[in-house]
Amino acid sequence: MAILDKHKILETNATLLLVFSFLVVTIGGIVQITPLFYLENTIEKVEGMRPYTPLEMAGREIYIREGCYVCHSQMIRPMRDEVERYGHYSLAAESMYDHPFQWGSKRTGPDLARVGGRYSDQWHVDHLRDPQSVVPESVMPKYGFLENRKLDGKYIGDIMQANAVVGTPYTEDMLANAEADFRAQADPDSDYDGLLERYGDKVSVRNFDGQPELTEADALVAYLQMLGTLVDFSTFTPDASR
Amino acid sequence: MSKTPDKQPGDPNTTGHSWDGIEEFDNPMPRWWLWTFYACIFWGVIYTIMYPAWPLVQSATAGVVGWSSRGEVQQDIVSFEEANAPWNARLVETPLEEISADAELQQYAVNSGGAVFRTWCAQCHGSGAQGATGFPNLLDDAWLWGGSLEDIEYTVAYGIRNEESDDARYSEMPAFGELLEKDEITQVVQYVMSLTNAQSDDAAAEAGKVVFEDNCAACHGEDGKGDVFQGAPNLTDAIWLYGGSEEALTETVTYSRFGVMPPWENRLTQAQIRAVTAYVHQLGGGQ
Repeated sequence: MAILDKHKILETNATLLLVFSFLVVTIGGIVQITPLFYLENTIEKVEGMRPYTPLEMAGREIYIREGCYVCHSQMIRPMRDEVERYGHYSLAAESMYDHPFQWGSKRTGPDLARVGGRYSDQWHVDHLRDPQSVVPESVMPKYGFLENRKLDGKYIGDIMQANAVVGTPYTEDMLANAEADFRAQADPDSDYDGLLERYGDKVSVRNFDGQPELTEADALVAYLQMLGTLVDFSTFTPDASR
Repeated sequence: MSKTPDKQPGDPNTTGHSWDGIEEFDNPMPRWWLWTFYACIFWGVIYTIMYPAWPLVQSATAGVVGWSSRGEVQQDIVSFEEANAPWNARLVETPLEEISADAELQQYAVNSGGAVFRTWCAQCHGSGAQGATGFPNLLDDAWLWGGSLEDIEYTVAYGIRNEESDDARYSEMPAFGELLEKDEITQVVQYVMSLTNAQSDDAAAEAGKVVFEDNCAACHGEDGKGDVFQGAPNLTDAIWLYGGSEEALTETVTYSRFGVMPPWENRLTQAQIRAVTAYVHQLGGGQ
């Protein structure tokens, strides 16, 4: 057959074969990936999502630095047993401001996608300090040192700027006030009106670790306590066909 | 080195390719393999018709069986809800005190309540409800906010000292480090220790009694037996949430304590709350 004879040209030229192989793989990739960016049923707009506050962002950086993701995923899969245990299954939009995302199914520890509000701040502090003191069967290591590491939020604006570059919609106002907002969220006696104005009334302002100083434990607990709480599932019902 | 034997009579034809003198027999592919291959192609086509597959301009084809992962989990949840619905309805309709009289319903409540407890409560109260420092033991007779079925149900639904629920139980012990002198704190700690017959300094305890009556008795009672309406613990039963040592008591008096429990009214259904109430109540300490 004529076409098979033409194919012989490819088979006898290694470089040409490489170029055409690459071309074929590229077409396959484009067909699979590109539709996800424009198909309406893969992009779901969800109410309540907002970018992380500076303190939560710092907590998230600590979460990543300490490798929490090695044991804890943040993705409740659409399966009944997971929904029973962890809460409503995760929506893609809920990790829209995660760079990088924390999806996975490796669960040496429980999934944390909706850990926010499940336990008290004190529990988180006790648990980070000595996990076995509250959960005797736990294999989690101790993170008590976080309480001793003070944070000044000096570079949090830069981290937010970096996130803005990759698409998180931080406004000029948010970036300019990053350090002030960072401090305000961990101090209920501060003037935190600006923080609430920028990030919404639902932002929790508390002394998360119960210590006078602003520490890494404050940031991490602030982050954990907001996880999965942004979308209100009592008013929002995801489209079942997606 | 022996020369590669030439084509023998009876050998199949070659493909016609020749690479450095190496030729390739043109054997047909095994029939079973070929038919499996065709079957896979056929199955693949059918699959893309039945299930969501082809991206079009606005959306992707939905598939004729209408499957979606969300729909499947929803169906799964609904099927279990329907199976449990008569039980849950009975659980919600029956007054709390009468649940235990109905052996079948009590069994359902305790088993499903146990599952709820192990999922949502065990991290703080322990998988055996034994509690931990700062998180109450639910097996004993000591109840901060009352151990009746109604009290437990209210606590589960609205929680304690949380920001989320306006109906949360609330009380706040002052940090006496800012109100009392150091030696007054030492004295009152000795007095509290003497209430449980722990080894204490009698003279200091005597002086501490006055401090106690002036500062602590309003909530903990003249006799130190506490007050469940304010969540003020009984100080005479030797059951300590934060420890009963001199050191722990001094810390408690100086900085106070502020135990928080989240509300569960929005995370659990009414039937689940009543089931876990029945479960906790029958663990041993229920009043």
